[in-house]
Amino acid sequence: MKYLCLVYLEPDKLHAVPDSECAMSGQRLRERGVLVAAEALQPIDTATTVRVRAGKVLVTDGPFAETKEQLAGFYLVDAHDLNEAIQIASKIPPAREGSVEVRPVRELNP
Amino acid sequence: MPAAETVQQAIEATYQSESRRVLATLIRLLGDFDAAEEALHDAFRAALEQWPRDGVPSNPRAWLVSAGRFKAIDAARRRTRFDALDDMGEKAEPVFIDTAAWADDESVEDDRLRLVFTCCHPALAPDAQVALTLREVCGLTTEEIARAFLTPAPTLAQRIVRAKGKIRDARIPYEVPSRAELPERLEAVLRVIYLVFNEGYSASSGEQVTRHDLSAEAIRLGRLLVELLPEPEAQGLLALMVLHDSRRAARTSPDGDVVLLEDQDRSLWNRDQIAEGVRLVEQAFSSGPPGPYAIQAAISAIHAEAPAAAATDWNEIVGLYDLLMRTTPSPVVELNRAVAIAMRDGPAAGLTIVDGVLDRGELRDYRLAHAVRGELCRRLGRTADARVAFERALKLTRQGPERRLIERRLAEVSK
Repeated sequence: MKYLCLVYLEPDKLHAVPDSECAMSGQRLRERGVLVAAEALQPIDTATTVRVRAGKVLVTDGPFAETKEQLAGFYLVDAHDLNEAIQIASKIPPAREGSVEVRPVRELNP
Repeated sequence: MPAAETVQQAIEATYQSESRRVLATLIRLLGDFDAAEEALHDAFRAALEQWPRDGVPSNPRAWLVSAGRFKAIDAARRRTRFDALDDMGEKAEPVFIDTAAWADDESVEDDRLRLVFTCCHPALAPDAQVALTLREVCGLTTEEIARAFLTPAPTLAQRIVRAKGKIRDARIPYEVPSRAELPERLEAVLRVIYLVFNEGYSASSGEQVTRHDLSAEAIRLGRLLVELLPEPEAQGLLALMVLHDSRRAARTSPDGDVVLLEDQDRSLWNRDQIAEGVRLVEQAFSSGPPGPYAIQAAISAIHAEAPAAAATDWNEIVGLYDLLMRTTPSPVVELNRAVAIAMRDGPAAGLTIVDGVLDRGELRDYRLAHAVRGELCRRLGRTADARVAFERALKLTRQGPERRLIERRLAEVSK
């Protein structure tokens, strides 16, 4: 089952973990065969929110919701169950600086 | 043919002793709490039909597990038949054969432990862990749990539904944690059991000092855990609960008022429970450095073994609090240690520590910190300070009998 691990950090902690460490941990997860995709994100100053209302595209500056911690990156992992997903999330380096939200992926019912 | 009444009694007795075991195994076999509960009901319904006719089976548990599983598979098949063409041509599985394979004693006991650990999974909210454990492991009804926790039944039902939904959708595994994970996960289980016990022992609000059912349920859970997983801290927690419970008859007056430990009639203490508690403490201490539950149980055991309040070995108790401060330091432990110091070295020594804790602001809103301060000031003859402290304690207390106790103390220092 797939889980999306969303990494949240306070703005001043965005570079608290060196990129090299994040790259290495991503590599390790890839070698274990549990990583589907992972990316770090630019800060929320670069975010744009898009909505479609009455057929019109509305574009606004900034993230959908302002929070103290911001979404800083994500790992999409393939784990056997929540315990394995938690175990993987605990190995994501920014977990020690901010927090990692683990969300199971929902299969679409077309 | 056996007498119908005897069979009826046998089914009821089987329900009492086996229904939680059967449920735990069905959850593993079916992989779903709701399906397992439905299967459990179907299995007992089948027993009510068949046992009076065919007699009580030699292994009722195995019979129930296999009947429940069969019914569940049957129900699932019937459901899928509506959804899609049933072109598999699958033959009915010979589910009634070789039932022992999935219902032998060892795997069934493992299933009970799996159920406990799943209900107390840290990914579930603490109040949901408590509700789910009482519902699934103890078999209490939603209404019973709601009443015990003074929570509206729909709120509680919602909590259980949400927890089960998370177990299913986030795929919380149905397993006993590995050795490496065990200490942390066991701690969560012990916390749930102790919470249930405390809710029953010193209800946080309401008129009654004790709600016996919850304490009894927690002790039953503690016993089950010790039986399935004889870890020192599980023994420690059971010892602690049994020792506290041994004073049940002495800790309230006939009018329902609180009687403090030092004023209790020790002849009312339950000697069998004390003996069991002391034995468990010794077991827990014999296997390496004791954990916080074992240490608290040891403190309780010293009180239990003192023939009179004046004969309490306060030096020993202070030593155990020192140990507790080293393993799990907290302001509440420090407060309790201050009381022991006051008993050993006099109220002034205790008050210095209590004031230190209060000055740090950590227990500013903790009723017992102010009650202790009031009591120590009273003993030192500082009645004005005692009055202020008791008044503060009273403001923070919601429980009826505890309020009356503080009011009595307040009246004494207001004379």
